[in-house]
Amino acid sequence: MADPSDAALKRTPLFDLHERLGGKMVPFAGWEMPVQYPLGVMKEHLHTRAAAGLFDVSHMGQVILRPRSGNVEDAALALERLVPVDLLALKAGRQRYAMFTDNNGGILDDLMVANRGDHLFVVVNASRVEADVAHMRAHLGDDCEIEVISDRALVALQGPAAADVLHGIAHGTGTMKFMDVGIFHAGSTELWVSRSGYTGEDGYEISVPADKAGILAQLLLEKPEVEAIGLGARDSLRLEAGLCLYGSDIDEGTTPVEADLTWAIQKARRKGGVREGGFPGAERILGELAEGAVRSRVGLLPEGRAPMRGETQLFAAEDAELSVGQITSGGFGPSVERPVAMGYVATPHAASGTKLWGEVRGKRMPVTVADTPFHPHSYKR
Amino acid sequence: MKYTEDHEWLKPEGDLVIVGITKHAAEQLGDIVFVELPEAGGKVSKGDNVVVIESVKAASDILAPIDGEIVEVNPALGDNPSLVNEDATGAAWFFKMRPANMADVDGYMDESAYNELIA
Repeated sequence: MADPSDAALKRTPLFDLHERLGGKMVPFAGWEMPVQYPLGVMKEHLHTRAAAGLFDVSHMGQVILRPRSGNVEDAALALERLVPVDLLALKAGRQRYAMFTDNNGGILDDLMVANRGDHLFVVVNASRVEADVAHMRAHLGDDCEIEVISDRALVALQGPAAADVLHGIAHGTGTMKFMDVGIFHAGSTELWVSRSGYTGEDGYEISVPADKAGILAQLLLEKPEVEAIGLGARDSLRLEAGLCLYGSDIDEGTTPVEADLTWAIQKARRKGGVREGGFPGAERILGELAEGAVRSRVGLLPEGRAPMRGETQLFAAEDAELSVGQITSGGFGPSVERPVAMGYVATPHAASGTKLWGEVRGKRMPVTVADTPFHPHSYKR
Repeated sequence: MKYTEDHEWLKPEGDLVIVGITKHAAEQLGDIVFVELPEAGGKVSKGDNVVVIESVKAASDILAPIDGEIVEVNPALGDNPSLVNEDATGAAWFFKMRPANMADVDGYMDESAYNELIA
């Protein structure tokens, strides 16, 4: 279907490969991306959990923060002004999850931050690249040179077979641990590799020069364990893994405490910590850490087979008038073989096991608050 | 068999009409994970939402193609919604209707016209 805005859509270095593989291309965050391949969302999802899936995530933003002083700690301290995360403790060769917060404690984006020895490397969401780069330039420009990497693609290789497959192509990657980062080589091609991902599986994210991305993808896809996986399965995989999607589960209207992301706020940045506060919205976020937030992000398991999708309203009783929350992401979980969802509920209703009702097409259906992940993580720690 | 522009098929069987969606529609919807069927015994009018199909991607409505009464729904779809992907025009029928007017079925496309529509 021709959309007039299609003309402006960007294409990743792997666009031709997606077309060759029969990918169904859709607009996503300004990019033309494969939502699925002929295998279909369900089988792509299951294949990733059983063997390995290759995802094109080149639409995401890759940015280098190079400290003007030459000392990576200065870049870490500068970036700490924008995130509630302890980056000074982030050792060379390691990566951490973080989020940019605003003055109200809302989340401007979530991101990965890697310490690569003499600089930081961050990966941000496609829809937020421009805003994030402007934000960093405005607040970190005095301390860091901010370089947007536009000549590299980014692919993710996820699943239990990922380690063996990648180790055969880029020797040394097999001994990395979850959230390690490093530079490896496939032949003479330099790969920036992190052992991480967005599926709950063991796996890697691999930054590769744009002109070598096609060759690397071909090499990986030649392995019988590897299938190309589209955005549809990427979404169902991350949902089963209990991972947030920016723009759906977290945004400027949600705080890290409401979003149940407090594990990402280390002691050093909390009340009484050595670098307490000092990030946008600290007053609200530290207050919520101490007192609790009025609502919380929770996992939700609808009874029966009908999925409850984003924006489904939640009620404490079948005949209650006022909702106590709403679903932000929901769908069918192919591995758990049932519908799964996440959303926000008023904190008194957030305990695991609480019975609620979700309104689907005018009917109230039972749904239970549940722990996430729905499918256990299998990270290589 | 007759076909609607909404990618449903209608197959007269005695004084009833069996209704389902086409293979083309099932392929477009992707993996189907849930089918919400109407209660047997209800009267419906052409254009009423009678079935909801949930694929891994989204929910889609299926409309009653003609006026009539739903006399039977397919019990197999409750336990096995993926039947729609496997056998859309056979085992995965949705419901049987007693049409208010059997001649209403004749107004829909035949197979060659439908194939042209989706070509």
